[in-house]
Amino acid sequence: MPPILEVKNLQTHFFTKAGVLKAVDGVSFEIGAGEIIGLVGESGSGKSITGFSILGLVDEPGRVVGGQILFKGQDLTTLAPADMQKMRGSRIAMIFQDPMMTLNPVLRIETQMIEAIQTHDSSVGKDEARQRSRDALGLVGISSPEERMRAYPHQFSGGMRQRVSIAIAMLNRPDLIIADEPTTALDVTIQGQVIHEMQKLCKKTKTALLWITHDLAVVAGISNRICVMYAGRVVEQGPNEALIGNPMHPYTNGLLGSVPSQNRRGEPLQQIEGIVPSLLNLPVGCAFENRCGNALAECRQSAPDEVTMDDQRVLRCFNRVK
Amino acid sequence: MTAFVLRRSLQSILVLFVMSLIVFAGVNLVGDPVDMLINPEADQQEIERVIKDLGLDRPVTEQYWYFLVNAFQGDLGKSFVFGEPALKLIVQRMPATFELALFSLLIAVVFGIPLGIYAGLKPASKVSRTIMAGSILGFSMPTFWVGIILIMFFSVHLGWLPSTGRGDVATVFGITSSIFTLDGLSHIFLPAFNLALFKLSSVIRLARAGTREIILQDYIKFARAKGLSEKRVINVHLLKNILIPIVTVIGLEFGSLIAFSTVTETVFAWPGMGKLIIEAIYNLDRPIIVAYLMIIVLIFVTLNLIVDITYSLLDPRVRIKGEG
Ligand SMILES: Nc1ncnc2c1ncn2[C@@H]1O[C@H](COP(=O)(O)OP(=O)(O)OP(=O)(O)O)[C@@H](O)[C@H]1O
Ligand code: SF4
Ligand SMILES: [Mg+2]
Repeated sequence: MPPILEVKNLQTHFFTKAGVLKAVDGVSFEIGAGEIIGLVGESGSGKSITGFSILGLVDEPGRVVGGQILFKGQDLTTLAPADMQKMRGSRIAMIFQDPMMTLNPVLRIETQMIEAIQTHDSSVGKDEARQRSRDALGLVGISSPEERMRAYPHQFSGGMRQRVSIAIAMLNRPDLIIADEPTTALDVTIQGQVIHEMQKLCKKTKTALLWITHDLAVVAGISNRICVMYAGRVVEQGPNEALIGNPMHPYTNGLLGSVPSQNRRGEPLQQIEGIVPSLLNLPVGCAFENRCGNALAECRQSAPDEVTMDDQRVLRCFNRVK
Repeated sequence: MTAFVLRRSLQSILVLFVMSLIVFAGVNLVGDPVDMLINPEADQQEIERVIKDLGLDRPVTEQYWYFLVNAFQGDLGKSFVFGEPALKLIVQRMPATFELALFSLLIAVVFGIPLGIYAGLKPASKVSRTIMAGSILGFSMPTFWVGIILIMFFSVHLGWLPSTGRGDVATVFGITSSIFTLDGLSHIFLPAFNLALFKLSSVIRLARAGTREIILQDYIKFARAKGLSEKRVINVHLLKNILIPIVTVIGLEFGSLIAFSTVTETVFAWPGMGKLIIEAIYNLDRPIIVAYLMIIVLIFVTLNLIVDITYSLLDPRVRIKGEG
């Protein structure tokens, strides 16, 4: 089956007063129908901007300056704004990190759901749209959705609000949902529930999911493939088991060392020393070089290109972990 | 909700009472109306008769007591100058002032909100810079001076619009106003614009500040991610949020619009209560001054209440307890 989404060498730069900030600089990955891809990386590595680039929602002074975003074979980067608007929320939906901030505080849940349906299909009447919204709320586990629809966002808890956002994202049966840290702001127990529910729903509807997180442990359990991002690039990506079981990039290895795990109980957690270089002023060589234990002389001279390995893994590194 | 309104109403009565004390004490300090009222050639006997008639021979405390007792019966005294009830004189002129203030408010809102949103959405554009420079001018130019300039330009130089009076009035749905006739509209336009200028500037600034803050919120981005048109994002998602502070401020300041109309009414000879109070102050016509100030306080207090209620309607988060 051809992939739903193919991102090819995406470059999104911010033209700030201080210079060109390369938030996303050569990101490539694919998502198949019904697949879950985890996009992992620390704060500022360009995960959200990758997501916004796909939706065509990069804020000023940012712009997609290179690469292709093929959605079912159609390049979104060349789509007219009006056509892109039709894609958003109908074919590609997004869920944000902070459920407290994603729903408009002064509009009823009902209003915010109905408009999401009617904007894509004006032939749907208000009653039908309301019916569909109610069903969607029921599907994500909100009890007595009929009453809750009349409520305002502040009358819901964080977890409930995130369920509402998920319901909104699923309203038009999109082919792809970009979930930008959808559980980071939630309690651990609620986190588990929401993750489980999302996984179930996507499986049922064959919706592809791009799950953005800084927490490798979260995606390790649910995704098919994982992309690890560092300073605007995917440094390693591959099938879940391969990447977790046998990390090849020193950064992935470091990330795994900082995740608590059963078999290293009692040992101190490792952390990656040093800081990410400024995206405004990236080195010519590998961006991870200043923090890398495996660094060679050549790592300073040029940045490693993507190399595809035998196990469907793609790696950017001159001296991989063995 | 009912309990809230009741509690607020009681508070309002207290405020009115305290204000009456201050106002009454105040006007007694300003000057002796007898000098203004009595023919300088009158003899001592005549003077004493007038003083007695007006009740000015009694101690101030007693005067105040009579004022309170009468006020409770809706009688705020008779104008020294016109010999008619002060309240009646003020109420007669109230519609003209309200019409002017409301029309100004309309100008401020209808032009201020779109201009402010535009300036907030495109802060760096030339048009936005011009709008903001204009709003600074609107803030800093004195009302009377702008009034005179408007008259000189539009009435004297261009001859487009009349400069004084209220023009023809007509009654529609039991409301008599000059905005229902063409002549009336042409009369109200200059003074209303003059009065609106300050409000217009503050609405522009509020709308711009609100827009710049709200547009960065996640829920705006989420609205866009749902595929909503830019029109709906701005006109519903953004507008509903920036309206909250705007309604609060313009509501609270509607009273000051009425109070400020004294200047505009004087410049444009607009027959409202602002012009009346200026004349009353000039003549030391105490009952009119007191009645006017009491009414202004009443207006402020009522507006506050209305603003609080509207605010709670607009912002579900502050919805008054007991209403769900
Ligand atoms: N509007 C903007 N103007 C300038 N730079 C921006 C803007 N938005 C994002 N950036 C920069 O782009 C880079 C990538 O940001 P992004 O939000 O994608 O990070 P992230 O990986 O999602 O991090 P987090 O885990 O904190 O959400 C950051 O360095 C950020 O400073
Ligand atoms: S390329 Fe060199 S510096 Fe970069 S991660 Fe690999 S070994 Fe480390
Ligand atoms: Mg992010």
